[in-house]
Amino acid sequence: MNRFSYARPTDVAEAVREVGSDPSARFIAGGTNLIDLMKYNVERPTRLVDITRLPLTTIDKADGGGLRIGALVPNSDLAYDDQVQARYPLLSDAILAGASPQLRNMASTGGNLLQRTRCLYFYDTATPCNKREPGSGCSAIEGVNRIHAILGTSSKCIATHPSDMCVGLAALNAKVHVAGPSGERVIAMADFHRLPGDQPERDTNLGPQELIVAVELPDEDFSKNYSYLKLRDRLSYAFALVSVAAALKIDGGKIAEARMALGGVAHKPWRDTTAEDMLRGKPAEEASFKPVADHILRDARGFGHNDFKIDLARRAIVRALSQAAAGTPQTQTDKRIK
Amino acid sequence: MNSILKPGPNTGAAQAIPITLTINGEVRHLTVEPWTSLLDLLRDELDLTGTKKGCDHGQCGACTVLIDDRRVNSCLTLAVMKDGASITTVEGLSQGDELHPMQDAFIEHDAFQCGYCTPGQICSAVGLIKEGRAHSAEEIREMMSGNLCRCGCYVNIVTAIEQVIESDGARIKEAAE
Repeated sequence: MNRFSYARPTDVAEAVREVGSDPSARFIAGGTNLIDLMKYNVERPTRLVDITRLPLTTIDKADGGGLRIGALVPNSDLAYDDQVQARYPLLSDAILAGASPQLRNMASTGGNLLQRTRCLYFYDTATPCNKREPGSGCSAIEGVNRIHAILGTSSKCIATHPSDMCVGLAALNAKVHVAGPSGERVIAMADFHRLPGDQPERDTNLGPQELIVAVELPDEDFSKNYSYLKLRDRLSYAFALVSVAAALKIDGGKIAEARMALGGVAHKPWRDTTAEDMLRGKPAEEASFKPVADHILRDARGFGHNDFKIDLARRAIVRALSQAAAGTPQTQTDKRIK
Repeated sequence: MNSILKPGPNTGAAQAIPITLTINGEVRHLTVEPWTSLLDLLRDELDLTGTKKGCDHGQCGACTVLIDDRRVNSCLTLAVMKDGASITTVEGLSQGDELHPMQDAFIEHDAFQCGYCTPGQICSAVGLIKEGRAHSAEEIREMMSGNLCRCGCYVNIVTAIEQVIESDGARIKEAAE
């Protein structure tokens, strides 16, 4: 790990100023991803701005009736929060599907949004990677790419976003509140993360000095018909090969509203609102789900080792929607898929 | 040139910072460099070598300690960031010569072979009981998934934890609240 200087501001404005004082400075909260990347020399900040003393630690009612989650709320506290479990169980399940209890105790809400890909080449500084060193090339496209993306890829990068929590947040239409040198702004979850395009080094649309201060959940009720289905190489403590966050509102056996986001398949949580539109008014049964799954995967492309993900994703979508429709969400303890 | 060979910027910015930690009940005034992990501080500076370095990347759980009663990976924790916190390591679980019920249960059920992951397993299991959310073998397995055992002693680890939850779980959880 390289040497760095350290600051511990106590208010947001001071933190934003501190990070602006050095172009390679980084904010640090839980540290579960940043310190790991620093140990691999993938990240080499010369200054760390410790934001854990900022007053961003509470979960409060939002103005519009939703929930405002402080950026420093640990993943475990968020997942087990009474209001989140009652009103947004899809988010709770998505969080509990990820990492380990120790990491969830450490990791912050804001940091989860900013975690970086687990692409093996991104981590391996001996290989080219456009995300780590722009212009050096992508080793994954013709390399070992079993864990890589099948949707929204570019000729520069086929990395996936690793978060489960963000898949839940995308399906729930969350908003991200950020503070920067010119004040606060709000970014819709769909616009927060980016596709790789020609700039895979940019994971998000956050400005260089901007700090996530809160995540807001809208006042909507998807607490009855939902499921977070995560498929991975071992039953726990592994990143998703494919995951699906599904949420439905059902009225008289017909779908009144549908929400869906996929993890493990793209550079960002994959949300396709045209697929959600297709479900509106359809019977809440398997026959309605298959064409939607085909639609979502219409432009999917494999790179060899990850070809299997296309069919896996198709079937995971149908299964997650079926679980949501039946009101029998995938349990995050007993991993048997019903 | 790959990035590992590039000279690190700002390498001269060594900056030792005074912090106070309560470690196993004892208040310690320390001076740490900002890049020192809590794990390295415990092992290399304070000679508390019960906490083990396994992967050093938050993947194995051998370094698990309790910070303010919550289980965390000490390898991914910068000591400087925990200024003011209370740390419990495996050395701090016993009361004098009397082992913690979890330590007794691990011995009784032969819940280890080589023993390298054991301090992390035990600290994690104590954290699990303080959380109070595991009520079945299935839930124990899921909530202990952050601790790997290469010897494969999982069956006996789960049995040991189940026994402590049944005998002492309520008391340990209450003490944590």
